[in-house]
Amino acid sequence: MAEALARTHDLAAGYGRTPAIEGITFEVDTGQRIALLGPNGGGKTTLLRVLLGELRSMRGTVEVRGRAATVPQTERSRLDFPVSALEVALMGALPRLPWWRRPTHADREAALAALDRVGVADRAHDTFGDLSGGQRQRVLIARGLVQDAQLLLLDEPFSGLDMTAARGLEALIGELASEERGILIATHDLSQARRWDAVLCLNKRQIAFGEPDQILDREVLEETYAGAIVEIPGSDRVGVLPAHHH
Amino acid sequence: MIDFVTDPLSQEFIRRALLEIGLISLAGGALGCWVVFYGVSYAAESLSHALFPGLVIAALAGLPILVGGIPGIAVAALAIALVGRTPGIGRDTAVAVVVTGFFGLGALLALSPNSPPGIQSLLFGDILAPSNSDLWISAILALGVIISLVVLHWRLLAVAFDRTTAGSLGASPTIADIAVLILLAAAVLVAAQGLGTLLAVAALVGPAATARLFTHRVLSMMIAASAFGVCAGVAGIYISYYAGAAAGASIAGCIVAGYLIALIASGVRSLLERTAIPAEAT
Repeated sequence: MAEALARTHDLAAGYGRTPAIEGITFEVDTGQRIALLGPNGGGKTTLLRVLLGELRSMRGTVEVRGRAATVPQTERSRLDFPVSALEVALMGALPRLPWWRRPTHADREAALAALDRVGVADRAHDTFGDLSGGQRQRVLIARGLVQDAQLLLLDEPFSGLDMTAARGLEALIGELASEERGILIATHDLSQARRWDAVLCLNKRQIAFGEPDQILDREVLEETYAGAIVEIPGSDRVGVLPAHHH
Repeated sequence: MIDFVTDPLSQEFIRRALLEIGLISLAGGALGCWVVFYGVSYAAESLSHALFPGLVIAALAGLPILVGGIPGIAVAALAIALVGRTPGIGRDTAVAVVVTGFFGLGALLALSPNSPPGIQSLLFGDILAPSNSDLWISAILALGVIISLVVLHWRLLAVAFDRTTAGSLGASPTIADIAVLILLAAAVLVAAQGLGTLLAVAALVGPAATARLFTHRVLSMMIAASAFGVCAGVAGIYISYYAGAAAGASIAGCIVAGYLIALIASGVRSLLERTAIPAEAT
């Protein structure tokens, strides 16, 4: 059996004395795309930070093989900041450089190759904030590729994208997973989560983990989203009310 | 016409003033970009005012004023950092209290009967009379600031771009903040030496704000800010030479005037661009 890229057992983590998440037992294998479902404040970001090594576990174990990279929501960065797409991708070289070293010519080549891989090579020299939401997300994924990350942690990558951009990004995520990577995608989109390889439902504790068809039933969703789920008329499925941002 | 340019250059004190303003502008312009991006313009203003008593004490003791400035700014920065943590009054208020307290202390010392004449140059600077040691210390500090900015460039860039994920890229926001503040203290010292504690901040923030209007990358913005600072500095010194105006104030005036012209020009440009688009579409 292939060794998992990341594995947790009965993990608890948080910021003060009380854990923000607990009882997390799951694993990501190479080639897997795993949806991370849960309400705002349900602990998705906390789990991503533990996997990145930014936050220590309070209980339980967490193992991450190889490098993990975060792909944040693009609105979090300053869109008025005068930086090119290439410079953003090149920031992915910083973790392997000592603090006094600047990225080298080889790093620059790697960043250009990564931008090419995610399909935005033609925008390399454009200002990051001038790109479309989908292109910005791709540039941030390229930054993760420059980090040489086997585990990519995407924080709501589809928020604010139109249908075409979302489909393109979904295809890219599939391709990247098939290249020996594991991908964790925090999302609110239930129908999309059903298309990934596994789902981890999180609401301050682990509600369920497994293949979407097996675990995404009404009971699990009610526990995950509390009252915020609705029946979809004309189907036996349920949906989640759109999350309110800000 | 050539005489107009070369006449002042024949004077030793003008050549020294140009060297001094060049050092201030190179370091101040480049660092000023990070001051703008890290939102520490108010800290720049606070530090330059709060280091006043240190300068006065050095002047009273007959030392190069930067010798008093370095401990002065360290004490001021420490006081700002400590008082800023006082719960209940808010950081801005705490800083304002420290700054006025320090500035008042400096004024009290400066206005005492046994103060030597000319101490007001600490308020408005004395760009026309830097001593050799002043110039050397300024050069070392300015060079230190520029080398640090070259070395730290990518880390500062990553933090300014996105604080929340910079840590995962090996660029700690806390270290970047501290680095910017230390460099700011060094640049404020250099600028206060030439322009005084009241005008120093103009050389730090003005050129960067001006360059931001016309540049699209941090590096080009830093180069443009330094170049604009040097031009405004030279213009200010020439105005002061020919019009007999105070040099520090003339330089600060040129920086502000340059910013206003750039602001109007960029406003006109974006207006033209906006009106040009529908014209092309039809």
